[in-house]
Amino acid sequence: MTVAATSCLPEARPILRERGQREVFCGLTGIVWLHRKMQDAFFLVVGSRTCAHLIQSAAGVMIFAEPRFGTAILTDRDLAGLADANDELDRVCATLLERRPDIKTLFLVGSCPSEVIKLDLAKAAERLSGRFLPQVRVLSYSGSGIETTFTQGEDNALRAMVETCPRDDARQLLVVGCVADVVEDQFRRLFDQLGIGPVNFLPARRAAELPFVGNGTRVLMAQPFNGETGRALTARGARLLSAPYPLGVEGTTAWLSAAAREWGVPQSTFEQVTRAGRERATAALRPHRRQLAGQRLFLMPDSQLEIPIARFLHRELDMQLVEVGTPYLDRQMVDAELGLLPEGVLVSEGQDVERQLDRVRQERPDLTVCGLGLANPLEAEGLSTKWSIELVFTPIQGYEQAADLAGLFARPLERKARLAV
Amino acid sequence: MQLTLWTYEGPPHIGAMRVASSMHGVHYVLHAPQGDTYADLLFTMIERQDRRPPVSYTTFQARDLGGDTAGLVKDATRAAFERFQPDALLVGESCTAELIQDQAGTLAASLGLPVPVIPLELPAYSKKENWGTAETLYQLLRGVLGARPARRERIAGTKPRANILGPTRLGFRCRDDVREVSSLLEELGIEVNTIVPLGATVEDLRRVPDADFNVDLYPEVSRSACAWLKRSLGMPHTTVIPMGAGATRDFVMEAAALAGVDPSAFLASKASRLPWYSRSVDSTYLTGKRVFIFGDATHAIAAARVAATEMGFEVCGLGSYSREFARELREAAAGYGIEALITDDYLEVERAITAAAPELVLGTQMERHIAKRLGIACAVISSPIHVQDVPARYSPVYGFEGANVLFDSWIHPLMMGLEEHLLAMFRDDFEFHDGAAASHLPAGSPAPAATDAPASAGQDGLAWSIDGEQELRKIPFFVRNKARRNTELFARERGIQVITTDTLYEAKAHFGR
Repeated sequence: MTVAATSCLPEARPILRERGQREVFCGLTGIVWLHRKMQDAFFLVVGSRTCAHLIQSAAGVMIFAEPRFGTAILTDRDLAGLADANDELDRVCATLLERRPDIKTLFLVGSCPSEVIKLDLAKAAERLSGRFLPQVRVLSYSGSGIETTFTQGEDNALRAMVETCPRDDARQLLVVGCVADVVEDQFRRLFDQLGIGPVNFLPARRAAELPFVGNGTRVLMAQPFNGETGRALTARGARLLSAPYPLGVEGTTAWLSAAAREWGVPQSTFEQVTRAGRERATAALRPHRRQLAGQRLFLMPDSQLEIPIARFLHRELDMQLVEVGTPYLDRQMVDAELGLLPEGVLVSEGQDVERQLDRVRQERPDLTVCGLGLANPLEAEGLSTKWSIELVFTPIQGYEQAADLAGLFARPLERKARLAV
Repeated sequence: MQLTLWTYEGPPHIGAMRVASSMHGVHYVLHAPQGDTYADLLFTMIERQDRRPPVSYTTFQARDLGGDTAGLVKDATRAAFERFQPDALLVGESCTAELIQDQAGTLAASLGLPVPVIPLELPAYSKKENWGTAETLYQLLRGVLGARPARRERIAGTKPRANILGPTRLGFRCRDDVREVSSLLEELGIEVNTIVPLGATVEDLRRVPDADFNVDLYPEVSRSACAWLKRSLGMPHTTVIPMGAGATRDFVMEAAALAGVDPSAFLASKASRLPWYSRSVDSTYLTGKRVFIFGDATHAIAAARVAATEMGFEVCGLGSYSREFARELREAAAGYGIEALITDDYLEVERAITAAAPELVLGTQMERHIAKRLGIACAVISSPIHVQDVPARYSPVYGFEGANVLFDSWIHPLMMGLEEHLLAMFRDDFEFHDGAAASHLPAGSPAPAATDAPASAGQDGLAWSIDGEQELRKIPFFVRNKARRNTELFARERGIQVITTDTLYEAKAHFGR
């Protein structure tokens, strides 16, 4: 069931494309961090018990009595047509919104089963918006595994939001991609000191506060997996600023400088504003470099963050790259990153997990970045691992987080060195 | 459509995974889209499994739907067979594949592979995880033994033999319960023929008919298999769950009767420490503690017996998400004078616990979260579990050692007898003020006093006088809620509108303790 193919990017980098069993989450998983970011939004998956179980398992533990996400589980009655699925959905949404008057945006999230039975959630969202606006806006997007891989769920959610953003051609910097509040605040301070503004974030802390979009909008991507959102913004007149992602000192500097160039910030101002952050981060990375330099790294495909992460670990921490896997290669999104990867590293797109594990076993890297399903089995084979899911749950962007990011990779190696059992 | 926030059970194909990953030499081909591989982490993370579950996923995508998803099933099945060389294959579908009706099991069976290929039909839109586990075990046994298996008679002079059926991965403490129950049987002079599915091979399944009887250790998983073996082979099975000191003795007697051995010498020599620990004076303080029990039916019903008769607790709530065993649960609850709560709605369980105001919750990981939020002590007694419910140490809940474990793990979250006594003695000490949380609860736990605030009086005109309220505050915080509740109940029953100091003490005298 494997179709392996090799094709070439413009700069003639060979890409290994594989098709087979994928050991990755579907797009529903994005709800876990999206609902934490947008505290006035509720995510209602229209799906099966599997969907509910997936989100619960991926989130690890249940902390909240009534989380701001849930699943409308399709039952036999819905499938047999005994209950009109649309009437049922309206009933569930009405009950939900009655219970939670604090909710201002309701996302109907499509799943594999809802797509296979062709339940039209876009139409349902329109109908429900008509009923609940202005109190509650209802949006829809797909997080299904047949359409989306892991972080593509966020891309679809943001794209759905873009469609309802108000039109305004005023000049603004729009930062796109979910980042932790602490990271957002740091970036806001830096942009402010650079004299760049107004700055808006998508998603904002409140989903109801949608940023405007128009010809004056310049988009800086904070995450590499929001390509469709980027293209939807372009279609509404915005222009994307090409930059590497704000991971590590180099990435953060290049990312900020893309905005600074666009706003005509003098180089001296840029140097002065960013100096403290750069110096702090560089110093904080040093001990991690001692640990990581020369170590061989294998990245299994997971979040699409693999290429920028590999760039950071190679260029700032001197790690050697064995294979950089990505579930999906969006060239427009990683254009500025690919050129920073060293010659000869194997970049793979898609997955046939058994074959890829064969390569891991053959290469025996010092560190393998992989999902939670694979980590312990690889450790049992004597291979150190880093759970990739932490890369989307932890604040890793910007100068102040550069050492935290390096620490995620250094810790498994340090642990291995400490243990004598 | 059913609105669900948290779910006690996964879909039924998770049950099939539990069976496959419990065994050696069984591989499961699952026709499923990308994302369903999340289930692997339940095994590798919660149970710290050092191998991947033996599952191959077809990973179909939207673009395959118009084309040849059936071809994917055949390719994945052949590839899994070649790579893993299993002794038997399970082939089934997850929820989405069920909708596209490829008949994955039938397709795989048509490949002519040289091992048993067992098609699984696990309806994802009407059934759940435990049902899927039971159905898979039953189908697997049927698939390996054939529809009409033959019973093998015991050779005269050999030991009686038993199969232990039901222990699985992700079941509650199965790893240690199996060891405990095996040693019970062996010390009784009964040979353990096979343990299925945990640790079993396909060859072990073929030896199931060699035993004299089956131990139905986890009825949620093993009842259908036991019932089939009884029907088709006339093999009897046990009905007692050996959880707690008394139930373990009952189990020993039942197993001995089925095996035709005399248990008296064994029972005279073996016992749990639980009976003495419970009778010792420190345990006096456990008397009448209100306990709310929720879990799978097997563990919930067994825990209620231990709580009521071996700990001296008052069972104030008993419930389960196992609808398949609703009848048994209702019977058990009636014995404690309460109504069983049968639901898989987490919020309903939370409401019931809040209303019952127990001092201890025995539940699943879900109830642990509820209890934490309400500031109530809690011990986990049933799946769904989390990583801390798979301890490194030997920690069964079945058998005589299991009874010891139950005593320790249920009592530790509560106030120790002597500690409770001292708290009462020093209640006016500045360190024992209302806001101070109990020392055994983790720092940052809400102090019990925090839940004291909402005066439940009000709606029906019932009110506390100032002196009554002040007197109430002198009662130690850990019994204050109970005093408030009892006094208000007493007042309502007598049509008293304003609760005074006198009402408080009249109520105290009325309810006593």
